[in-house]
Formats: sequence, C-alpha cells, structure tokens
Amino acid sequence: MPVFTPGDDPGADFPMLLQRSGYGPVNLPPGSTIESPHATTCVAVRYDNGVVMAGDRRATSGHLISHRTMEKVVQADRYSGVAIAGAAGPAVDMIRLFQVQLEYYEKVQGSALSLEGKANQLASMVRANIPGAMQGMGVVPIFAGYDIRRSVGRLWAYDMLGGRYEERDHVATGSGSLHASTVMKVGYRSNLTRDEAVELVARSLWEAADSDSATGGPDMVRGIFPVVATIDSDGWMLVADNELADRYRTIISQVEGSTS
Amino acid sequence: MSMPYYVAPEQAMKDRADFARKGISRGRALVALRFENGIVLVAENASQSLRKVSEIYDRIAFAGVGKYNEFDQLRVAGIRSAELTGYQYSRDDVDARGLANDYAQLLGNSFTHGMKPMEVEILVAEVGIDGGHDDQIFHIMYDGTVIDRPDTCALGGESDAISTRLQAGFSDGLSLGEAIKLGVSALSGSDRELSASSLEIALLERNGARRCFRRLEPSEVDAVLQE
Repeated sequence: MPVFTPGDDPGADFPMLLQRSGYGPVNLPPGSTIESPHATTCVAVRYDNGVVMAGDRRATSGHLISHRTMEKVVQADRYSGVAIAGAAGPAVDMIRLFQVQLEYYEKVQGSALSLEGKANQLASMVRANIPGAMQGMGVVPIFAGYDIRRSVGRLWAYDMLGGRYEERDHVATGSGSLHASTVMKVGYRSNLTRDEAVELVARSLWEAADSDSATGGPDMVRGIFPVVATIDSDGWMLVADNELADRYRTIISQVEGSTS
Repeated sequence: MSMPYYVAPEQAMKDRADFARKGISRGRALVALRFENGIVLVAENASQSLRKVSEIYDRIAFAGVGKYNEFDQLRVAGIRSAELTGYQYSRDDVDARGLANDYAQLLGNSFTHGMKPMEVEILVAEVGIDGGHDDQIFHIMYDGTVIDRPDTCALGGESDAISTRLQAGFSDGLSLGEAIKLGVSALSGSDRELSASSLEIALLERNGARRCFRRLEPSEVDAVLQE
C-alpha cells in the first residue's frame, strides 16, 4: 500500500504516483520510428444545451485498415469526453490514464476538477508525449464537456506539443479534419438544437470519409456507425446506433438523388 | 549510565492498546449495514466538509473513526492502492478483501513498531454485483485485527452498545429508509435525537452503474427521517 511522508507526497497527481511506484513512461530510443496504427477524424460542436462529439471507427497502418470498430470518442467523466487522432497505441493509453486521473483527483480531493482544470490536465499529458510525437507517434485530442459552474458547453483543440486552444463553436482533428471542418463551418449557426448538432457532425464525418481514405464512413453492411455522444447538464449520453442509421440512410438517399 | 526499565511485552501491548482505544472512544461513532439494494453507511459527524465516509473505488467505500489526519491518510493510501491495481491489471481485480489485508498490515505494523499506534478504527465495505449474498464489510482495528462483519458493523465510541441496538433491529432486505432509520437510532440511543445536520450518510448502491458510491444530501436525509 503506497504511503508517503508529507513532504514527499505526490498528492492528487496519478501519473506522478505511477512514476513514483515504478511505472514510468516508455521512451523509444532516439531516432527510431515505428509503423503503428493511426486513428483519424473526430469532431465536436456546441449546441444550445451542451456539446456533441463524434468520431469515425477506422484505424489504419499505412494503406491497411487495421481496425473497423475503434472507439476514438470516449467518456472522460460524467460531464466531459475526449476524442483522439494520431497514433492509436499512445492515444488509447493516454485516454485511459486521463480517465483514471480525473476520478483519482475527485476521490483524493473530495471534489472534481473544474472543466478548465481537466482541459489543462489533458494538455500536460499531450506535452508528456512530445518525445513520441518527434518519432511519428503524436496524439492530438479534442476535449469537450459541460461546464456545470457556467452552465454551458465548452470545447478545446490541442496541438502535438500540448498547446491548448479553447474554440467557440466547433473543432475537428485528424487526417479528415479539413473536410469535416468545412462542413461544420458552413452548417454551423449559434443555438443549434441537439438534433441539428447531431445531424451536422454525422454529415461532417460523412464528407470526411468521402474524401479521406484514412477515415471510415458508416458501415451499413456490418452495422458499424461513428461514435456520437452528447454532453449536457444531465451528463454524457451516447447517441443510439438506430438513430445514426436513420440519419445516414437519409444522407445516402440525398447523395443518390443528386447523382442519378 | 542508566538502564532502561524492563517492560513485559504483555504490558507494552496493553499500554499501546489502551492508548489507541482512548483516542478512538473520544470520537463520534459510525455504523454500516446492508439493505435490500446495497450497503448504507451512517456516521455521526458535525462537519459537512471533513468526511468520515468516502469512496475508494467502483464498488468499495471507506469509513474511519478516531484521529482525522490518520484515517484520512489511510483513505488516500487505499485509493492509491486500488487505482494502481485497477490501472495495472483490470478494474475487476480490485476487491475489498485485498484492501482490508493491506490496511491490516499497515495498522499492525504501526501498532507494534511505530512511535505510537494509530488512533483509528476503519471499515472497508464492498457491494456485490448480484444480490446481497456477496456484500462484504470488513472492520479493521487499531492493532491490525480484521473482522469480517456479515450484516452490520459499528465503529468508534460506545460501539458495543450501538452494535447491540443495530443487530437487534436488523433483518435481511431492509428498505433504504428503514436501514437509515435503524442506523440513526442505533447511533443516537433512546435518550437523544440526531438531526440531518449532524449526520453523514452515504450508500454503496447496486444501481447498474460503474460507480456505486453516492452521498445523501442533507435534504434527502431529512426527508427519510421525517417519514
């Protein structure tokens, strides 16, 4: 059982506790690069009562599709979620550590971090991965959540060096982000409803998958759809697959109508 | 040169035990008991911010009586141990029995080798996944003794009298309201009343969610006691 003397205590910092307990970060030898799966397009957009996050399901290794059902948008805690693009291995690990850290902090301190505190925490984890980023293993997350102190949805974009940028309306990350952003930029207006926001992210991922080979579209054959979640004053809520199936059937019929 | 007095080991242990017991009996007591849907922990606590009952992990709660800084240190050590195990292996691999054993080691060690024994008694409770038969309540004493309590547990000053009252009123499948009322009346005895403002109540609830721990707001406690 880990017990520390007062001057030596790692406090509510779980990554530090891991290090102190002998589970430090893995460092690649300098100059080496590893071919590993990469994950792509994730988006988030604000609507009147909160935020909606979405991400496709594909991971690629070069030209190979290595995973069809990857979940890149995950719940961080009750009022926030995180989405990732970049090297899949370090990204999945970063999310897991981030989830544990938020809950660990809440339990040790007796109260949860503020939303901004969580965003900063994630920034320091991205920064800790700079050596990985220099070797092609960068992780670029999006963080979004509902700020219960201000009663408003908020979202943050990051860069590979841990830069943290709060955005007002929408963000996108990953190889298909250019296409997804364009769709959101054109379709966004203030005070979207929840349904309109879900429609907008579904459409933005569709266009990203249409033009970016590393982004997966809805797989109607296997019934695999993007992960879409809303976060509002009631907390995190996944959008059901049958709702997404209906929305994508509509999009597909529109595309068919415009090409026949 | 002066020679240290010889103190028989029996006497040394007795002195330490008396010291620890004295510290513990000064504090207010707490109880834990099973109800139909989990385990409820009821503590007499005048403070709304310094907690005696808290969350350790998904299905595990901690409660302590005695010296606040000492049981709070144990609480944080428990969270650390649980989170490290869960992160390294799986969340399923964290259980109350392992934690109780670790606590017993720590307390036993401090009792025999420390400058002074810790003036605390703690409780580790874990709510089972399906039905009450795998609920667990471990009572860990200041000297590292671990006692497995099947249904109810009382810690702190006058715990014997409280425990007797608690067991007399306990039956399988109490509703939450009944369990809270029983816990509160066992704590207060017949000659005084405890109000919501001097109670700290938390639950480990079989609620289908990952995190089973929940605190009751004073308003909720009030509503139950008014029933």
